[in-house]
Amino acid sequence: MLRIRCPWCGTRDEVEFNFGGESHITRPGLDADDALWSDYLFNKENPRGVHYEHWLHKYGCGRWFNIARDTLTHEIHAVYAMGDPKPELVEKIAGD
Amino acid sequence: MTDTQKNRLETGGRIDRRKAVTFTFNGRKLQGCRGDTIASALLANGVSTVNRSFKYHRPRGVMSAGVEETNALLSVYDGQGDVPVVRSTMRALIDDHRIKSPGGFPNVNFDLGRMLDFTHRLWTAGFYNKIFKWPGWHWYEGMVRRMAGLGHLPAGEDSNRYFHHNLHCDLLIVGAGPAGLAAALSTVDSGARVVLVEQDHETGGSLLGCGATIDSVDSDLWINQTMAAIEDKPNLTVMTSSTVSGYYDHNMLTITDRSTPGVKRFWKVRAGQVLLTTGAIEQPLVFENNDRPGIMLANAAMEYVNRYAVRPADAMVVATNNDSAYRVAFTLDDHGIEVPAVVDARKTVPDEPADEARRRGIPVMPGSVVLNTHGNRALTGVRIGKLAADGKSVTPEGVDITCQGLAVSGGFNPTCHLFSQARGKLSYDTELACFRSDHGLQKVTVAGAANGKFSLSGALNNGAKAGAEAATRAGYTCTPTAISTTETEGYNLEAMRITPCGDSSRQWVDYMHDVTVADIQLAVRENFVSVEHLKRHTTTGMSADQGKTSNLNALTLLAELTGRPVEEVGTTTFRPQFMPVPMGAIAGQRHGDHYAPARLLPAHKWHVRYGAVFEDYGPWKRPEYYAIDGRDRETAIREEAIAVRREAGLFDASPLGKIELKGPDAGEFLNRIFVNNALTLKTGRIRYGLMLNENGIVMDDGVFARLAEDHYLLSTTSANADHFTDWLERWHQCEWPDLELIISAVTSQWAVVTLAGPASRAILQELESDIDFSAGVLPHMSIATGTFLGAPARVQRVSFTGEMSFEINIPALYAERVMKAMMIAGGSAFHVEPIGAEALMVLRTEKGYLHVGGDTDGTTNPMDVGFAGIVARKQADFVGKRSLLRAEDQREDRRQYVGVEPLNPNEELEPGAHFITGPEQGGRSQGMVTSACFSPTLERSIGMGLLESGFQRKGETVKVYDDGRSFEVRITDPVFYDPAGEKMNA
Repeated sequence: MLRIRCPWCGTRDEVEFNFGGESHITRPGLDADDALWSDYLFNKENPRGVHYEHWLHKYGCGRWFNIARDTLTHEIHAVYAMGDPKPELVEKIAGD
Repeated sequence: MTDTQKNRLETGGRIDRRKAVTFTFNGRKLQGCRGDTIASALLANGVSTVNRSFKYHRPRGVMSAGVEETNALLSVYDGQGDVPVVRSTMRALIDDHRIKSPGGFPNVNFDLGRMLDFTHRLWTAGFYNKIFKWPGWHWYEGMVRRMAGLGHLPAGEDSNRYFHHNLHCDLLIVGAGPAGLAAALSTVDSGARVVLVEQDHETGGSLLGCGATIDSVDSDLWINQTMAAIEDKPNLTVMTSSTVSGYYDHNMLTITDRSTPGVKRFWKVRAGQVLLTTGAIEQPLVFENNDRPGIMLANAAMEYVNRYAVRPADAMVVATNNDSAYRVAFTLDDHGIEVPAVVDARKTVPDEPADEARRRGIPVMPGSVVLNTHGNRALTGVRIGKLAADGKSVTPEGVDITCQGLAVSGGFNPTCHLFSQARGKLSYDTELACFRSDHGLQKVTVAGAANGKFSLSGALNNGAKAGAEAATRAGYTCTPTAISTTETEGYNLEAMRITPCGDSSRQWVDYMHDVTVADIQLAVRENFVSVEHLKRHTTTGMSADQGKTSNLNALTLLAELTGRPVEEVGTTTFRPQFMPVPMGAIAGQRHGDHYAPARLLPAHKWHVRYGAVFEDYGPWKRPEYYAIDGRDRETAIREEAIAVRREAGLFDASPLGKIELKGPDAGEFLNRIFVNNALTLKTGRIRYGLMLNENGIVMDDGVFARLAEDHYLLSTTSANADHFTDWLERWHQCEWPDLELIISAVTSQWAVVTLAGPASRAILQELESDIDFSAGVLPHMSIATGTFLGAPARVQRVSFTGEMSFEINIPALYAERVMKAMMIAGGSAFHVEPIGAEALMVLRTEKGYLHVGGDTDGTTNPMDVGFAGIVARKQADFVGKRSLLRAEDQREDRRQYVGVEPLNPNEELEPGAHFITGPEQGGRSQGMVTSACFSPTLERSIGMGLLESGFQRKGETVKVYDDGRSFEVRITDPVFYDPAGEKMNA
């Protein structure tokens, strides 16, 4: 059960948020070929380490935002706005 | 003293001899004392066999004094029913407790199930996967399930009350034994908010009644002094009878708090730092028949003497591989319990305990192990053998010793369950021969015996130091409190727990599930050599034990059998819960009416007065039909539907999802969401459309009205309203933040009263309003704003029934007033009926209107429901459009939306019935019926469905199969009623 810092409301419990999946996915246009379109629809990153993802503060301000979360430790390295570029992080991965 | 307590010591202990407690055990009336646990009272009464084992139905007695108990899991009557699997070693005895042994048929002392023990060679590890093959597992399942299990759940309502609480602290200390108390003492004045949690009803842990000297006073007095120093401090909270059973991400822990009788509190804790001072669990020794009643962990024997003043046996042999059990032997000796021998697996015994034993006249047998035990429902003796020089075999000659008790110590294993739950790694400590916490991923420290500090001074000092360090990490200034003790006990363990000879199928590793050395040997022969596989194949370490007394021996054996060091074998990962948590505690108040809050219509009371029968539609309580004059459901639905077709029906559509979009880009945004063109819609007009997901699947339908150039009102299906607002927000915020608009859900602000039927316009014209309802001004699919009965109103002409229909949107407060007025206005000249949701579904089925989610599924695209033309005409991109260009989506033999008419007009059609091909094509399903009703207007059975190549098959006769019935239907256009739309457009 995570504690997430909403950029607008402050640190709140995970139950207030909805997970939105991977961030920084570019939506292809109508001219995309089938391979590109299916990659967009179905293929997602599943790293062991830092994952850039978006969350909705559903039972709060109702805003979407991005976080960089370590999938192993659940440590949240950064919180940033939608549309902001991926933050520069030293990819910290805890040992086994 | 009362006469039933024949094993109660005359003096000592922390029980109150003046407060007698009466209870029954398997119907026998017994007595105990205030301060007893159920287990200690049973032992005081000389009860040896308390239960039967899980698989072989062997007699079992109390084997521990705490959380690691695997035998004395009893049924306790709680005023309503027998609560099963109560750990009797932890449950305080109270008056009128009715305690039963769950195992044993006809009773615990004589169990026919013991046949399984005499035929045990048939029931090896995984036997159910090997011998219940023919004719099939289901043939045996009933019998096996009846024989298995740990008791029966009580029936009826639960009288306990359950509450959820939240708790935030800087430091959570789990376990109030010596290390936990030392940590609390060190941090109490640091300013940090500290919570100390103890699962026992009193603090002290292993110190209780132990007689050690700490800071120059007796340990019991030291506990009292420590509690006095910490208890009333505002920053420190002590919770007793509370078990931390789950450790989750970001230092969230859960506590089950049993401190109030009849109430269980479930605490969700957020801790800045966590200190685990959870102690260690003594490990059993493995030898033939090591499970007989009377054999218990050495520390438990000592605790029964010291804390509960119970004599576990008249003569008790002590078997050990380390120094700690000598203290147990001396304690027994101090209380007049004969210790015929200390059997020590080590070749040489350190001087200190050996000298003391000699001084007391207790024989010590170095280099010896227990070979076997005698007795049945109570221990009568043990057989001791000498280890050969290599330590891998035993010299042939053995010696028998008569005794009624056997205290065993295989050394300690730190209680690291919570650390492991927190994703911390455990590693094997070769010196202490146990698994210890290695590195954690969360803000957690382990101290005291849980950290391998098994001596009292080690635990106290380690606890104080770790507590101070944790408080410092939490941002407070803190130094460890110095605590001194005169105890100088060594440990000097030799990792020798398993007697290397004897019948391995009679050497228990896991008492809980009756797993023996032979089972582990078999698993290894069958190549289940990874710990995780071993666990699942043999079930060792599962159930109530959770590896507390079984893991270390099982892993040591696995290592030995596979020729690997234990550290390479590793250990399984522990999962929540550490101790069973009642389901009621997890549910808390969220049951019954509180499970999910019901949403009531603004005019709920009006519906009640009209005899509405309510049904749950998503979160909403909506009238299903109106039982006017006691008419039944079928009659009501038919009469309501007919009323709409003949004159007028009044429907409360308030749950309809209502979302306003406003801003210069509102039109552009909707155009990207809908399959339909939103930009060409004129102000004051309404359009019906579909919304897809990115995979091109129909997610919802709805209508959007253009209130002004930059202002749209979107109506979605009731069930989807909340979800859809989120969906729109997500596209706006995450994909197109550059579009300027505001999305606002107004579902509950506006009530919607729908008047449908040929007389609806005439009725509305009777009522006070500045809106012109005439067909020329307000045609079908248009919207007008104004006032209605003094309320601000939006009137939409849309129809879900196929009749002329007005949706009057007024602020929620006016709902009842408007409905009342309509009934009165209609009542004089027309017959107006309130109609429920079921009649509405009948009407829309007659009209062939799509019900997204009912008539569509997770494969339906807009072309499948007749939107091919609209999709083809729209040039601009919209959500899901690219997916529609895939070859799969363009196929012509997809399942398509059609009408269905059984050839026999009275044939009952059910949603879910399959369209099947003839036998020559293999009787294959080609789709299914999705909606069906008996049409009161057409007086025949009708329906809709999704059928392969359905659009080209209108007029064709197709076979339908439904639950054993099959019959023929004609495929038609889905619109059965008024296909030209003359009534709707009137």
